[in-house]
Amino acid sequence: MSLSPPRPERPPVEPTAEVPPESLTRPADPIVLSCRALRVWYGTALALRDISIDIPRNQITALIGPSGCGKSTLLRCFNRMNDLINGARMDGEIRFDGQVISGPDIDKVSLRRRIGMVFQKPNPFPKSIYNNVAWGARINGYRGDMDVLVERSLRRAALWDEVKNKLDRSGLDLSGGQQQRLCIARTLAVEPEVILMDEPCSALDPISTARVEDLMDDLKKDYTIVIVTHNMQQARRVSDMTACLMLDDSSTEGHRTGILAEFSPTNLLFTNPKDKRTEAYITGRIG
Amino acid sequence: MSVASRSDFRHGRWHRRWLGPIFGLVCCAATCSGVIVLAILLGSIVAAALSGPPDHPWYAFSAQVSELWGLIRRLAQSTQSSSDPTIAGFKVGIVGSLWLLGLVAVVGIPVGVAAGVYLEEYARPGRIRSFIQTNIANLAGVPSIVYGILGLALFVRAFGMKAVAMGPSLLAGVLTLSLLILPIIVLTTQEALRAVPQSLRQAAIGLGATRWQVVSGHVLPSALPGIMTGTILGLSRAIGETAPLLMVGAAGSLLRLPRGPLDRYTALPVEIYKYARLPNQGFQTVAAGGILILVAMLLTMNAIAIVIRNRYRRYY
Repeated sequence: MSLSPPRPERPPVEPTAEVPPESLTRPADPIVLSCRALRVWYGTALALRDISIDIPRNQITALIGPSGCGKSTLLRCFNRMNDLINGARMDGEIRFDGQVISGPDIDKVSLRRRIGMVFQKPNPFPKSIYNNVAWGARINGYRGDMDVLVERSLRRAALWDEVKNKLDRSGLDLSGGQQQRLCIARTLAVEPEVILMDEPCSALDPISTARVEDLMDDLKKDYTIVIVTHNMQQARRVSDMTACLMLDDSSTEGHRTGILAEFSPTNLLFTNPKDKRTEAYITGRIG
Repeated sequence: MSVASRSDFRHGRWHRRWLGPIFGLVCCAATCSGVIVLAILLGSIVAAALSGPPDHPWYAFSAQVSELWGLIRRLAQSTQSSSDPTIAGFKVGIVGSLWLLGLVAVVGIPVGVAAGVYLEEYARPGRIRSFIQTNIANLAGVPSIVYGILGLALFVRAFGMKAVAMGPSLLAGVLTLSLLILPIIVLTTQEALRAVPQSLRQAAIGLGATRWQVVSGHVLPSALPGIMTGTILGLSRAIGETAPLLMVGAAGSLLRLPRGPLDRYTALPVEIYKYARLPNQGFQTVAAGGILILVAMLLTMNAIAIVIRNRYRRYY
């Protein structure tokens, strides 16, 4: 703690006659990501049909649905990781903070810094714990104090107390749950606005899962989280909004096509589903 | 839906219990064939030693070892390649081989590794890539004499263009040997890069890394042990090659050391070949000593490869 004298209280802002710039008065757009009529193909197979969804800011949105319905595909469209898959192409519009990000000529590298991702299998870099967190910040040109950033990111990921004495040990020496929190810390270190999580707990035991879920609840104050999960209880526990994707029964072309069956607040979707297929899925009759 | 009943499974299943051990035996016999040849070789040497003259008994190890050591030291230090086997030596050839080795490493490794990285990390999969890929795989199996002819036409003579022809210089030999080991280095580099898990690349890309940052920060460091092992094995192939060097004009006998890349040169295997062809019985010993020096150099390089691989396997 510094011993500088306490700052004087800031005087209350007086209403002024001038109109401040719009960006200061307007509250942040409550919608972070929005999809309109999104279609994704792998080769000639249509994987997602006509997805339109609005992801609200500072909330946790869960994507649920049976296997192969395109939950992960939708998630990867948000940070354009799907472009890495051979033969993948998409059509429709995705906006991020009002800016179209689905075009061919957007800067995917800076987009992926702003929309971070946590993967299904914990995949820390084969480097020290410190460098796992620092690398992403370093390559993105972070110029502040790296030690501070690493500590802050690890604290935010609820991992600091467990690793503070062994920051130079390999990230691979940690347990599965710790590795996944290290991956979250690594993502937080580049200061994203949205965190995409692709089944982040499916490789973890129940206690580690609970810790990651607690962590997500803490993080939603500052970040928007989109999580894909197979676990309906998890969606129910952690999310504010739930989107249920379903396989399109009318598709007869021999491949599976996903559609958005229902998108509503989580408690509503699980207690009073409007869509028949959603109801069948969440009650365990299909899927 | 019909459920499989017990009668759907065949009863006589005894043969599969036997097939496993039989297959194992066949594989064991294949392994033993090499061991048996080696045992016969060693046995004949031991037998020859035991039946030696009684005044020079086989258990007088140290005297013989120091005699051998003295011979090899003399061979390694003498530059003579005269008609007298007692003063002949390999110094020019050893120095020439080290020159070749160093320059091939400088030329061949960067080009080969870069080509492997391009094919694996940058090139889009498609017909052109698989065409190049097939060609590289085939080139790795081309006999080395063919590379010698290629080097002769391309580097030594430059298709008759005197201005750029290198003549039988060290540089021509270096470029020919680099071509020879290029496919090996490219293939092992690709193999090493393919072994880097895809999840590592995804993690880096997901943080907003450019392709260059992904490759230089994670993929290459992870693949480095494999790349280095392959590279050193490629180099040890280059140092043992004789045929292409004969084609591109490594000198048969040379009395002075090469002074630069454009100088004339000779290499250790070429000198061994030359001595082995001479009729004088004394030169057989000289050639055998040269082979021992060459084998020692090769074993040293392979040992370095193994050490590097073990050392960097997990930590980078």
